[in-house]
Amino acid sequence: MKITFPHMGTLDIVLSDLFSRLDVDFVVPPKTTTKTVNLGVKHAPEFACFPLKVTIGNLIEGLEAGADTIIMVGGTGPCRFGFYAEVQNKILHDIGYDFEMIVLEPPMTDIKDFIKKCKKIAPKKSLIQIFHAVRVGWKKAVAIDEVERETLKTRAFERNFDDTTVARKKALTVLEQAVTSLEIREAREEALSLINKVEKDHTRRALKIGIVGEFYVLLEPYINFDIEKYLGQKAIYLERPVYLTDWISPSKNNPVMGINSDEIKKAAKPYLSHFVGGEGQATVGHVVKFAEEGFDGIIQLLPFTCMPEIIAKSILPRVYKDLDIPVLTLVIDEQTGRAGIVTRLEAFMDLLWNRRKKKLSVVS
Amino acid sequence: MIGYLGVDVGSVSTNLVVIDEKTNVVSYIYRRTMGEPIRAVQEGLRELKELLPSKIDIEGAGTTGSARYLSGVIVGADVIKNEITAHAVAASHFVPDVQTVLEIGGQDSKIIILREGVVVDFAMNTVCAAGTGSFLDHQAARIGIPIEEFGAYALRSEAPAQIAGRCTVFAESDMIHKQQMGYHTEDIIYGLCQSLVRNYLNNIAKGKELLSPIVFQGGVAANLGIKKAFEEVLETETIIPKHYSVMGAIGASLLAKEKMREKAKSSFKGFSTSDIEFKTSSFYCKGCSNNCEIVKIEVEEEVLACWGGRCGKWEVEQTGTTPVS
Repeated sequence: MKITFPHMGTLDIVLSDLFSRLDVDFVVPPKTTTKTVNLGVKHAPEFACFPLKVTIGNLIEGLEAGADTIIMVGGTGPCRFGFYAEVQNKILHDIGYDFEMIVLEPPMTDIKDFIKKCKKIAPKKSLIQIFHAVRVGWKKAVAIDEVERETLKTRAFERNFDDTTVARKKALTVLEQAVTSLEIREAREEALSLINKVEKDHTRRALKIGIVGEFYVLLEPYINFDIEKYLGQKAIYLERPVYLTDWISPSKNNPVMGINSDEIKKAAKPYLSHFVGGEGQATVGHVVKFAEEGFDGIIQLLPFTCMPEIIAKSILPRVYKDLDIPVLTLVIDEQTGRAGIVTRLEAFMDLLWNRRKKKLSVVS
Repeated sequence: MIGYLGVDVGSVSTNLVVIDEKTNVVSYIYRRTMGEPIRAVQEGLRELKELLPSKIDIEGAGTTGSARYLSGVIVGADVIKNEITAHAVAASHFVPDVQTVLEIGGQDSKIIILREGVVVDFAMNTVCAAGTGSFLDHQAARIGIPIEEFGAYALRSEAPAQIAGRCTVFAESDMIHKQQMGYHTEDIIYGLCQSLVRNYLNNIAKGKELLSPIVFQGGVAANLGIKKAFEEVLETETIIPKHYSVMGAIGASLLAKEKMREKAKSSFKGFSTSDIEFKTSSFYCKGCSNNCEIVKIEVEEEVLACWGGRCGKWEVEQTGTTPVS
């Protein structure tokens, strides 16, 4: 058995770590490139949402690299994501690949099935050993997300161009190599201090933008035009409420951002009081939170035709009206031309700077 | 005489404007880009020079539009600005209390909301070009009437036909069916105008408060049918500025003038830049697995600009990005 899986931000680091702990043979598909996207677009239905296309591309490249087993997660609710694994399974078999697909459904829905599949993935380990491996690996995953969060906050103030990006890369390498709990703790310290050591210009004025939306396009830099790096280098202090561990976390408490989902639901309530699939409700809640914290603006990312985010999008003008926080929605699909995105981001930054200038002049 | 140059290179048209010290428009050029932005700018400059008084010194230049970085390199821009800001600047220059700008260009349409002279919200069409100039162009050509007369036809309509406006493909098949049924061309054309306006308001202007004064600009503002359709739905008058088709370029020239208050000497390369041969080429970078497509602009082997990469290793210093102020 040789396992492969799709890419999503730093997911490959987390899963590589976990599979090594479980003594499972695996292959990481090559990083997402134009070739990956073309493969996915060729084989996925035209009307499917973009993440499905890209992940199909990843899986094809993983199978080509020698994998015979695919691990995917399932999901609940009206978002199409819950059906990804089934569709991928069918499409990949149709085009002639021979493999087995293991779909991990959320443990709350069927705990027995979940345990059975865990054992299938790691036949050489006992349940206790699997639990232990996940627990230690989880610490690393959280540390990685903490590095990501600090990177976003730091980049806007870096004195020398690209220092933060270089530091982030080093920090992730440090974390990748840590194995035991103790090593992870030490690596976390070292990784965070690498980011903190980036020389900063504290006199620089930066805009504060919250970046929200559908998790896949938020987490995968190839797909979102590396928007975080682009904005960071234009002196934008960024906060993102969705990190990998927030998404896979089975607990209610959010270990990275320190906001739990109950708080977000409460914040969203005046505008959207129930679950609409995906992150629809969370997006609205996060925007309200950011507005309360005095952010200058919000950028919402969504894959073209994403239903939960479209619901959020149509609600956000009301949040803007009530809480005075401008929102720029960017729809992500196959395009590789950056011009359209850059035009909107530049105009949005102009808008936010002008608003801030005006607010300051009112105060003084 | 001192002048400031503004260049707006869009998908369909390339516009050049020179304003004087008092921000009056001295001369302007509106021409087709024809998919060749470099040639369009160079020939535009040549034509503009003919129109301008001989004793004019260009003391600042700004570029905007989707080819703003490319044209910025060619003319030597002091400021490079996105078209949303440029359009807002121009609109509020002519109508200082403007609260809404409707702008419909060749391939994109946008709405800009201003309050007390500051842009507070904007939106641009994202994935669909329905309702933009190129679609109207295409339909005019198909029906066989010059685009310039499109508006006049629309105004003659007495019973506009219902045309689906959601998607250009649906609109086109609806139009063909209605033609085959024997509807008047005038009614079909005005029906199309109404459906485009509906599409624009439902899609781009969704959830925004459209307060007057409303300025309607961009190439499509020439179409009186669209203006009428807007006014019917919005139940208010729209203002079409005199130079509605070159507002982006005017905005760029105003921004250039503004910029030169803090800059000693303009980077403008002079009108002779239209005689230089700019060579563009593209290649795939093999540096990593991203395989970025890099575009290179050269003059006699010297690389003036490079872009398209994700990591920044090819980018030559670009001017005019959002100021860190």
